[in-house]
Amino acid sequence: MSDIFYKSVAELEKMLDAREISAVELLKIFAKRKRDVDAKVGAFISADEVSALEAAEKSDRRRAEGRKLGHLDGIPVGLKDNLAVKGQPLTCASKMLEKFVSPYTGTVLSKLEGQGAVFWGRLNMDEFAMGSSCETSALAKTRNPWDLSRIPGGSSGGSAASVAAGECACSLGSDTGGSIRQPAALCGVVGLKPTYGLVSRYGLAAFASSLDQIGPLARSVEDAALLLRAIAGYDRLDSTSFKAEIPDYPSLLSREAFKGKKIGVPKEYFGAGVDPDVRRLVDEAISKCVELGARAEEISLPHTDLAIPVYYIIATAEASSNLARYDGIRYTHRSPDARDATDIYYKSRAEGFGEEVKRRIILGSYVLSSGYYDAYYLRAQKVRTLIRSDFEKAFGGVDVIMTPTSPTTAFKVGEKTSDPLSMYLSDICTINVNLAGLPALSVPCGFSNGLPVGLQMIGRAFGEADLLSCAYAYEKAAGFAGITPNI
Amino acid sequence: MSSNIDIDYVAKLARIELGEEEKKKFSAQLGQVLEYFEKLSAVDVSGVEPSAHAHALCNVWREDEAEPAMGVEDALMNAPKKRENQIVVPKVVDEA
Repeated sequence: MSDIFYKSVAELEKMLDAREISAVELLKIFAKRKRDVDAKVGAFISADEVSALEAAEKSDRRRAEGRKLGHLDGIPVGLKDNLAVKGQPLTCASKMLEKFVSPYTGTVLSKLEGQGAVFWGRLNMDEFAMGSSCETSALAKTRNPWDLSRIPGGSSGGSAASVAAGECACSLGSDTGGSIRQPAALCGVVGLKPTYGLVSRYGLAAFASSLDQIGPLARSVEDAALLLRAIAGYDRLDSTSFKAEIPDYPSLLSREAFKGKKIGVPKEYFGAGVDPDVRRLVDEAISKCVELGARAEEISLPHTDLAIPVYYIIATAEASSNLARYDGIRYTHRSPDARDATDIYYKSRAEGFGEEVKRRIILGSYVLSSGYYDAYYLRAQKVRTLIRSDFEKAFGGVDVIMTPTSPTTAFKVGEKTSDPLSMYLSDICTINVNLAGLPALSVPCGFSNGLPVGLQMIGRAFGEADLLSCAYAYEKAAGFAGITPNI
Repeated sequence: MSSNIDIDYVAKLARIELGEEEKKKFSAQLGQVLEYFEKLSAVDVSGVEPSAHAHALCNVWREDEAEPAMGVEDALMNAPKKRENQIVVPKVVDEA
């Protein structure tokens, strides 16, 4: 793994600092890698090589003049195509926004620009982040770099596949119900969903506002920590953002993280739907953490199996409201056949949205509609409280909770597209965490029939430093980082 | 809770025109999903407060001070039809 495109962000920073490589050369390496493999992987919706080269040139000039901006100066970072950078496209993988160009830059992206990061490509996703396989994208087809007949996971499938295939150094995704962690697990990379409110959502196209968080995908825990440090922090432009102290995550990583730690293993996450091989690998990973000094005990999160109905009520309700903005009037696709003003809504939305997005808007409108609100939406919010308090109680006795990230490895393309309910059920391990607003990450823990398996670690609210440190200690001991697909 | 969705009514609420095939397909699929949602009706939620957010923040205010905002050109750069710094839409009010 001497290939430069598979080096870690930390290594690349050292090479750039030592003038072993320039930012322009580095970008050209990733651009060539994209040309070589993306016809197969399909991680990108678009990539503006000219602008990226300009940004890389500026980075080189800064370094030459001793004005390096931050640790990410000159590092090519891929962006999920729902993050706003002024002058760049932002499609949400939808025909509705196929021609949209962002008129402003989101907070997290400004922070990365302030660090000197080079934005490299707009990455594929499920349309408006609604899906678990990237197959609802209207604009690109992404495949799993470990097996091109399989899905990369979703919704941040392009963000995970591009990092796994060495097409960018690291990337950003967004996670509403597992959309960073599940594709990270299925593509064999690290993915972190931060605590709700740690990272600003300003400039992230909204799906379900009480659940959405932006987070990093990377080839190592250290890289994820570097990226999180760059994007975390209070933002007055996001009124749900928290005024939390931001620790220096990378410098707090320790191989000794498990000394004195207690791991909770919730029995509800190891039930019938979990593939036996996935279960075995996660069990082995937990044993490894015990070897490293932790104690593990079985715990119960009794409301776990209610998360799917709660999530699909709350998320679709919020989505039906958030996606009302795509009206065909102001900045989206407008149907050429619309005759009058209301016709613009009906026809533009019929043409602009794909099937899954329509299905979820319809479902969300239904659960919010008069006569059903109490039975569905209000009841779901109450059960959400019960799910949150399950975790609160558990964290009274344990420091970190470990589960599989996904009940299975990557499934075949087309396997679940005709059955929305079975697709929804594949999110069982990740959605509870969003409902509870907690931080969680997926770290590679082995292979089943050549396909990567992810271990999910869930931490206390705003406990990212501890969580990353545990993942780091495990990653160093387990040795799965650095294994790359043969593509 | 009923597991039958009045698809025409809900599609109207959502302002999405659906074809006959879509209506049939969505009705069947969403009926199945709603059946699955029935799980919730068995949960005892008496005395439980609803959560709108994971970590509730309330009354997030800012000073009411004028600040520069996005210019007209930027705001309208994606408008499907525009003229003289305005978005053009079909006539809404009939002439008397």
